[in-house]
Amino acid sequence: MLFRRSDVPLDSDASGRFLPWLVAVMVYLAALALVCALTMTRAISHWEKGLSGTMTIQIPQGLATQDGTEAKGAEAKGALARVTRVLLETPGVRQAEVLEAAEIERLLEPWLGAAAGLADLPVPALISVTLDAAAPPDLEALARRVAEAAPGAVVDSHQAWLGKVRDLARTVQLLSVLVVGLIGTGAIAIVAFATRMGLSVHGHVIELLHLIGARDAYVARQFQSHALRFALRGGVFGLALAIATVFLIGRTLGGGETILLPALSLQPLDWSVLLLLPVAVALVAMFTARTTVLRTLGRMP
Amino acid sequence: MPCSAPSQAFLIGTNLVRFEDVALRYGAGPEVLGGVSFNLRPGSFHFMTGASGAGKSSLLSMIYLARRPSGGKIHLFERDVATLSRHERANMRRRIGVVFQDFRLLDHLTALENVALPLKISGQRDEKVRHHVAELLAWVGLAEHLDAYPPVLSGGQKQRIAIARAVVGRPSLLLADEPTGNVDDRMAVRLLYLFEELNKLGTTIVIATHNESLVGRFNHPVLRLANSRARLESSGVSSGLDRGARPSKGSAA
Repeated sequence: MLFRRSDVPLDSDASGRFLPWLVAVMVYLAALALVCALTMTRAISHWEKGLSGTMTIQIPQGLATQDGTEAKGAEAKGALARVTRVLLETPGVRQAEVLEAAEIERLLEPWLGAAAGLADLPVPALISVTLDAAAPPDLEALARRVAEAAPGAVVDSHQAWLGKVRDLARTVQLLSVLVVGLIGTGAIAIVAFATRMGLSVHGHVIELLHLIGARDAYVARQFQSHALRFALRGGVFGLALAIATVFLIGRTLGGGETILLPALSLQPLDWSVLLLLPVAVALVAMFTARTTVLRTLGRMP
Repeated sequence: MPCSAPSQAFLIGTNLVRFEDVALRYGAGPEVLGGVSFNLRPGSFHFMTGASGAGKSSLLSMIYLARRPSGGKIHLFERDVATLSRHERANMRRRIGVVFQDFRLLDHLTALENVALPLKISGQRDEKVRHHVAELLAWVGLAEHLDAYPPVLSGGQKQRIAIARAVVGRPSLLLADEPTGNVDDRMAVRLLYLFEELNKLGTTIVIATHNESLVGRFNHPVLRLANSRARLESSGVSSGLDRGARPSKGSAA
């Protein structure tokens, strides 16, 4: 009882109550930015894996013929058959599947609405091609041969789109990392500042301990362990809030994978990085307290 | 008071405190003290007097190693303090008890914890010291206030806590800066008896005060500060010499 209490009244003063909250906010923001960066990393690989093995070929109908649906249908069918044959003869193509009208209708529904009948529209026929990712065919040569088989056919290997999306994702990722870095630097500065402010209030305690024969290490220990405890408490709270937020967003987005984003869930690596955050911030607070106290003591003979 | 005599035999014939032509100035200001020389023998009891602003507190602060002199030499326990390492200075401070003029109690600690602080700092964490500390507080008349916090106590009570904290570590040297400033004459005399008791047990004592009437009631040599100089006098008679190791037993004894 007599010796359990710290010599330092940091528990009760304003700076002591202020520091954990400050750390909580900093860790919260940093954790969210970090999750964003990690998710982007995963999204990029997700897209590359999902799209680089596929290709779409559009065969417009009725571009050349303007008379009667019968002829148009027959012409399109012939073109489809020729292109499908070319595809299946090409090494490196694993599958070529002509999309059913119902399937195309489903794809277009979000843009055109359910009522729009395909019959009235010049919707191209679509062939979804799955490539052998290990030994992909020469796409340019393939595109030439498809064009010979069906003039006007468009080969879309998704590369242009994928490239743009990848650039965007990389930018977002870079920004997230930048934000983490900025918040980290800001957190260090603010935690250091708050710790120092708190200690300046307790200059008289430091001085008294010094005058009655306390060694520098003893005085520093009192303050640094206190700062560590307080910052850790705030950091864990901020991290808990951040994780709750991530789960909430994940649930709002539907939980599972979507076309654009992989599931917003935390992987083991994310967990370890996130758990390191409050520890790192707490260590910053601790070392700031230590150096501040030692500097204050250094001014005393 | 369970104080053992601090290795006095070893120090006989030596000086516990020795000032040689010591000067002190703050920053680039004028000298607060200059040419101060005196010796304090182990087991001696001295008053230090001088008008307020004469430099009593400044002189004491050099003895308890809170300030370095801007000139001259200070020897404590036969060591030149200028040559001490930081670690050695901390150790030396533990042998010096100080009653600060403004008490410097920690408001967030109880009376008991405040008094126990020097023991805690020197690594005595035994719960048994609680008994010792409580006994000491009872001795200064604060048995009822062991768990009270300083802000709720009177100036006189705080002063006695400060005194208890200064003596709890059985210091070889006790410095008291106006230790009777906040108490009435009756309590002042009682506190001085207390210091005399400690002195009989071997502690060297220096009491700074501007209360000349109090000084007159006790027969101890006086270190007089005036015009930034110090002059050592035996009680009443100015001699300029220090009175040696034996504590005098004046009218108070």
